Amino acid sequence: MGAFSYFPQTGEDIRTMLERIGVASLEDLYADVPADFIYKGEYDLPSALSEQQVRDFFEGLAAKNTRLKVFVGQGAYDHYTPAVIPYITSRSEFLTAYTPYQCEISQGTLRYIFEWQTMICRLTGLDCANASMYDGPTAAAEAVRMCVASTKKRKSVIVSARLLPHVIDTIQTYAKYAGINVVVSDNVAEDVAEGVLDLAGVIVPSINRFGIIESHLGLADLVHRMGALLVEYCDPSALAVVKSPAEWGADIAVGDGQSLGIPLCFGGPYVGFMACTSALMRKLPGRIVGQTTDASGKRCYVLTLQAREQHIRREKATSNICSNESLMALWCTVYLSLMGPEGMRKLNALCYEGSHYLHDALLATGKFKRFFADGEFLKEFCLTPLCDVAKLQQALLDAGYFAALQTEEGFVTFCVTEKYGRADLDRIVEIVKSI
Amino acid sequence: MKYYDKLIFELSKPGRTGYSLPETEQQLPKGIVWRETAPALPEVSEVDVVRHYTNLSQMNFGVDTGFYPLGSCTMKYNPKVNEEIAAMPAFTGLHPLQPASTVKGALEVLAGMDKALAAITGMKHFTFLPCAGAHGELTGLMLMREYHMSRGDLARTKVIVPDSAHGTNPASAAVCGLDIVVVKSKADGLVDVEALKALLGPDVAGIMLTNPNTLGLFERDIKEIAELVHGCGGLLYYDGANMNPLLGVVRPGDMGFDIMHLNLHKTFSTPHGGGGPGSGPVGVSDKVVPFLHIPHVSGFHGNFGVILRAYAYILMLGREHIKLAGKLATLGANYIKESLKDCYKLPIPTVCKHEFVFDGLLEDNGVSTLDVAKRLLDYGFHAPTIYFPLLFHQAIMIEPTETESLETLDAFIAVMRKIAEEAKSDPEMLHAAPHNTPIGRPDETTAARQPVLKYD
Amino acid sequence: MSKIADGLLYSESHEWVKVDGNVAIIGVSDFAQAEMGDITYVELPDVDDDVTAGEDFGALESVKTSSELIAPVSGKVVARNDALEDQPELINEDAYAAWIIKVEMSDESELDALLNAADYAKTIE
Repeated sequence: MGAFSYFPQTGEDIRTMLERIGVASLEDLYADVPADFIYKGEYDLPSALSEQQVRDFFEGLAAKNTRLKVFVGQGAYDHYTPAVIPYITSRSEFLTAYTPYQCEISQGTLRYIFEWQTMICRLTGLDCANASMYDGPTAAAEAVRMCVASTKKRKSVIVSARLLPHVIDTIQTYAKYAGINVVVSDNVAEDVAEGVLDLAGVIVPSINRFGIIESHLGLADLVHRMGALLVEYCDPSALAVVKSPAEWGADIAVGDGQSLGIPLCFGGPYVGFMACTSALMRKLPGRIVGQTTDASGKRCYVLTLQAREQHIRREKATSNICSNESLMALWCTVYLSLMGPEGMRKLNALCYEGSHYLHDALLATGKFKRFFADGEFLKEFCLTPLCDVAKLQQALLDAGYFAALQTEEGFVTFCVTEKYGRADLDRIVEIVKSI
Repeated sequence: MKYYDKLIFELSKPGRTGYSLPETEQQLPKGIVWRETAPALPEVSEVDVVRHYTNLSQMNFGVDTGFYPLGSCTMKYNPKVNEEIAAMPAFTGLHPLQPASTVKGALEVLAGMDKALAAITGMKHFTFLPCAGAHGELTGLMLMREYHMSRGDLARTKVIVPDSAHGTNPASAAVCGLDIVVVKSKADGLVDVEALKALLGPDVAGIMLTNPNTLGLFERDIKEIAELVHGCGGLLYYDGANMNPLLGVVRPGDMGFDIMHLNLHKTFSTPHGGGGPGSGPVGVSDKVVPFLHIPHVSGFHGNFGVILRAYAYILMLGREHIKLAGKLATLGANYIKESLKDCYKLPIPTVCKHEFVFDGLLEDNGVSTLDVAKRLLDYGFHAPTIYFPLLFHQAIMIEPTETESLETLDAFIAVMRKIAEEAKSDPEMLHAAPHNTPIGRPDETTAARQPVLKYD
Repeated sequence: MSKIADGLLYSESHEWVKVDGNVAIIGVSDFAQAEMGDITYVELPDVDDDVTAGEDFGALESVKTSSELIAPVSGKVVARNDALEDQPELINEDAYAAWIIKVEMSDESELDALLNAADYAKTIE
């Protein structure tokens, strides 16, 4: 086998190094490993590919995927990605850096995280935010843990049944092993008022899984009277136009940054965000960046409040999270910088316009019944089907559309972003009529 | 690197914009669920954004900038073709809930990775849901609990962790509702098997080990440890953070581990992105396979884009080059160790694996490990991991990886020797290092006492 | 050389106790604050919380480390030093003036297990 482009050592280099170490061969460096454990077989892997071959291989796999226009949300939203973002995030100074432990040569990373924390605070209206979580669902699970940690011996949480299924599943997974009691509730306000023993927290969606923007009027007061904390799960893109968690009185806001221009990418990498009131600042999990000055008085940024974290606090840490999704936080930060307040308003107006146009046109086909008794929606909505859903879904797929995903109750969901215009919406309506 | 002092908010000017969207006359409704005032996001042009973030990037150091010997972080080179593959629209455009018939290529990626990682590690199958190493640890411990619960073995609430373990190990165990029992290391840095025996019993769920350990030493008693832990009914968890020296040499499955995670952003070359995204797939042996689907630890299918990159790396390594990967990493670490042990205190002088630990300078001139690390930045190197593991007060943990040339290692060695000389001739200068970076040492005390966490 | 105040009782985990009737006034020793370096935050229990001898009731944080505060005696917290919330440096300035909590003891015999100044001095030599 010839030389390999990622290994720079020549045969002579290897000899020089072995000589300095005082061993005869590379194998001798493993003399302390019991001989039975040295793998002597041939690894069951393909023969090494060249760069061209590896590219061809993945192009072959890519061809087995079907490119679809996406009209489904359910926690992953197909918004347009401005060209600037991948250009910036692929700069190797950002891409190939580790966690910014050495702040003197990591001011780039630290600065954008500080900007991200600021933007998350401005979207949620809350006081402080962390550097990121793995994704929205894990951020929700960590928020639940934070409620339990902040209310001392209380171990129960009420989780709205109108949160997305994958969010509820993740919360339940984390809770199961931590001994947290999860009550999935169809009527949160009623269940809180009835009084759940040792209630630590309540988690509700800003926009629920049916697309309805929820009103949480009076809920925070009720939850706080019970001595618990209120968590809101939000779509950060929508937060530019819908009432913020702070305005509803929430203590913690979490959600997935994916809707801020991150590609769908079969579910990841995305980025979770988490913000809270200043009272809870020291209970936040994960990395946090703070502003300070250097010895000469220059403004600079550092990882701070690290005594909460696993590398110092070990089993008493607020969380086990170490690596997060830093580069995806940069992705969102660049996105929000480009969009600004007016861009975010306009984007949401386009979503609103498209989704309401499609909603009304689909109802007019007679193939669906209205789902919403009341309540407003922004980009995602549900309808009650009066037609054969499997047949409808297949006809849409055949025409290149991913739409009309069915919920567990049998409703069908649609989501319209700014990405596709009237022509596609009309085409979808035509397909529906033909069923 | 030059210092640049702006935040994006400070470039904002009302009326500027960096977006380009179709026109619409649509207004949003008003009412109780709608926001009254827009969030104060920056108003900047596209060129403002590009220059701002380019300037920020120039205050950053990455693997592409230079040598990054950060111990336990495996900062190997991140191949560029992998970035292009991960950016293919036929992958980035896939919605995670699309029907299986429309994502066959993506599913083949996951199946191919499962097979490849099983071959490399000797485990049976992997789950790709965990998004990072610590997330993998948590998932693995959940699987450990499921295994015991399925047998009605509910009293197993303790996890044994060596005192040299990564901080994530005890933290993950705590998040998983397990109690941590620490087993001490002996003077030679290895797990004290006699002390371990005393801890074993019917309340032990398992042990978490990284092998080689955080001192870079292979736990040569692993066979006995595995027999003891299995003998008491516990399982063995392998923390894959230190898998790199075993890549192509030793398989954790063969050593008796039942559950393990891999850090694709370490061992499998995916870029760390300034702190993520990573990917922490968890592999299990036959007896744990039935539980692999149970923990729903993240949203959809894990960090698919990271998995794609790692798969491309494995295919380029192939069954031929993989045999050298771990060995060359080990070679580099030992070469640095042997070249510097006359200047830096080497507490454990045996052959190391991918990394090793110095305990500060050999000669005490009042120069700390922190001073050495900061001075390295002046010379254009990233610092090693410092003050970890906790077993040594002045720990300097060095991991070069297999992608660094002899010339790079020699340049690093020369600078480390020079710093040892400077420690004798001018310790004051070292206390004040770094001198050539965009900023000097920060006031971290004030940052923590009066936290400023956002721009106002 | 760290200061050890006479007339106080000490635990091996470096808390000091000043007995005032059935109330134990609790702080950390000068040795402990010196080991921590600049203290950046003191995590305090609430008044009326119960504390148990040998278990943690709060924590000290500095930039790069943290240390659990271990209760030297059991009882109910009757006061906490709120000044430490904004000025954790008070402990660095004078560890014996900066008390942390006052505990109404439930078992005064627990005091017998604590060290006097001379014996404590030996533990930190």
